[in-house]
Amino acid sequence: MTDAYIVGIDMIPFGRYPSRTVVDLGTEAALLALDDAGLSIRDMQALYCGNLLEAHLMVGQRILREIGLTGIPVVNAANACATGATAFREGVIAIKAGFYDLVLAVGVEQMGRGLLGGGTRADGFVEEGVLGSSTLPAIFAQIGMDHSRKYGTTFEQFAKVAVKNHHHSTMNPKAMSRRETPLEEVMSSEMISWPNTKLMCSINVDGAAAAVIASERAVRRLGLMDRAVRIRASELTSGPYTPSESALPDFNLVSQNCAQAAYERAGLGPNDLDLVELHDCFATAEIVHYENLGLCANGEAGDLIDRGETTLGGRIPVNMSGGLLSKGHPLGATGIANLYEVTLHLRGNAGSRQVHGARIGLTHVCGGTSGRGSACAVHILEKA
Amino acid sequence: MNAEIPITPLAATSYLAFAADGTPHLVGSLCADCGCVAPGPRMACAACCARGSMKSIRLAERGRLHSFTIVHRSFPGVTTPFVAAVVELDGGAMLKGTLVDIEPRWEALAFDMPVQIVFRDTGQRAPDGRTFISYYFSLAASPS
Repeated sequence: MTDAYIVGIDMIPFGRYPSRTVVDLGTEAALLALDDAGLSIRDMQALYCGNLLEAHLMVGQRILREIGLTGIPVVNAANACATGATAFREGVIAIKAGFYDLVLAVGVEQMGRGLLGGGTRADGFVEEGVLGSSTLPAIFAQIGMDHSRKYGTTFEQFAKVAVKNHHHSTMNPKAMSRRETPLEEVMSSEMISWPNTKLMCSINVDGAAAAVIASERAVRRLGLMDRAVRIRASELTSGPYTPSESALPDFNLVSQNCAQAAYERAGLGPNDLDLVELHDCFATAEIVHYENLGLCANGEAGDLIDRGETTLGGRIPVNMSGGLLSKGHPLGATGIANLYEVTLHLRGNAGSRQVHGARIGLTHVCGGTSGRGSACAVHILEKA
Repeated sequence: MNAEIPITPLAATSYLAFAADGTPHLVGSLCADCGCVAPGPRMACAACCARGSMKSIRLAERGRLHSFTIVHRSFPGVTTPFVAAVVELDGGAMLKGTLVDIEPRWEALAFDMPVQIVFRDTGQRAPDGRTFISYYFSLAASPS
């Protein structure tokens, strides 16, 4: 089986683009990724497009209408917060299976404002406030409180995640929010769902990211090995049975299973990683995912953030992009934007936030909703 | 002219049912193969994948506070703050719901607090005027 490589990748600055369309944003990212590879849409043999909120509206085909109707196969993917990573992974699978040598993956989303997680019932009954809460800040607050229950994790420790990620964002010109937020400010900002304050919630933004994936044969033929990044693992899981699954979507076991599968596929372990982009949709999520990805032992996530080990310059820098807390979280784009961040570091092009000497990085996205389920994708990338 | 016919209430969830006399209770499924308990009816066991093993049961009405959050910001029209809780019922099923009859402050809550199920009118009405009845969690006086 051939190795698969990223040979072109880019993202548009995440932000609010009310006068633009999903197709417009996705098209811009697709062209940026093709330019990064020095290739044309005519070189692409398939398109994998991740978008959640227009999942039935053929976003991939609409992007091709803007950049070239070459008639290639298009797969439109939707998979909660793993949407972009799922589309990308379908491209990786096609390359590794030998179907194609060059494919394009695009992730794009245009978000509204406000809380996610709702949904209306056919009978008109409003569950929110009666059957607990289905807002995502509340669900991830309950996930965090479950960690507090087991290990005594504190509000302050959760809040430090936001301080760290917002600090990292000051070095990322493509992040939506780029300002320092001291601990007192994070802890005293509006309480959304205890213990997640407003500054501990990811921002709803519009965004798009895209990648060109190539087989080893294509990389060598095109002379792109100097800018290629090898995909050492590309894994996807759905939420397995847990006793609490009926009340709270599982984001822990689904991530542990996915990370384990990725480490096995790559023949690597968490100690081999130089940086991680993980799914900090809420500050509480980053804490539990430290353990789910094996960055520390169970129960040590609070100590990890206290000791600054996940900050730039620490043992294992996490969310150098500023994470979803600062960069923003355009659902379908997030999974490819994370790959873009890690690729920048592996290429040595991350500017002032560069993790020096980075050779191996991991990306993780994980999401789901109450009463439905969860999805997780993990990729491990290596400087080629 | 149909005033003598009792107006049956509606259940707020698929796992809340009414006995013949109108008393509400929670229904679940027990897997005869692995012992897994889930709220509501299930065609097969989500834990062990067994088919034909799910038996309909009544869920326990006492349990313990497993996790919680205080919801301060919610969807438009929803009254806040409130306690969104995850409760492990005696016998195994986990439910999400709202913890009532308590001040919605984290200082008032502790993990594993004993909880009992109470059934109440939600105040919501279907277009035909029928009331929606739901379960809520309330702190139990003594450990279950």
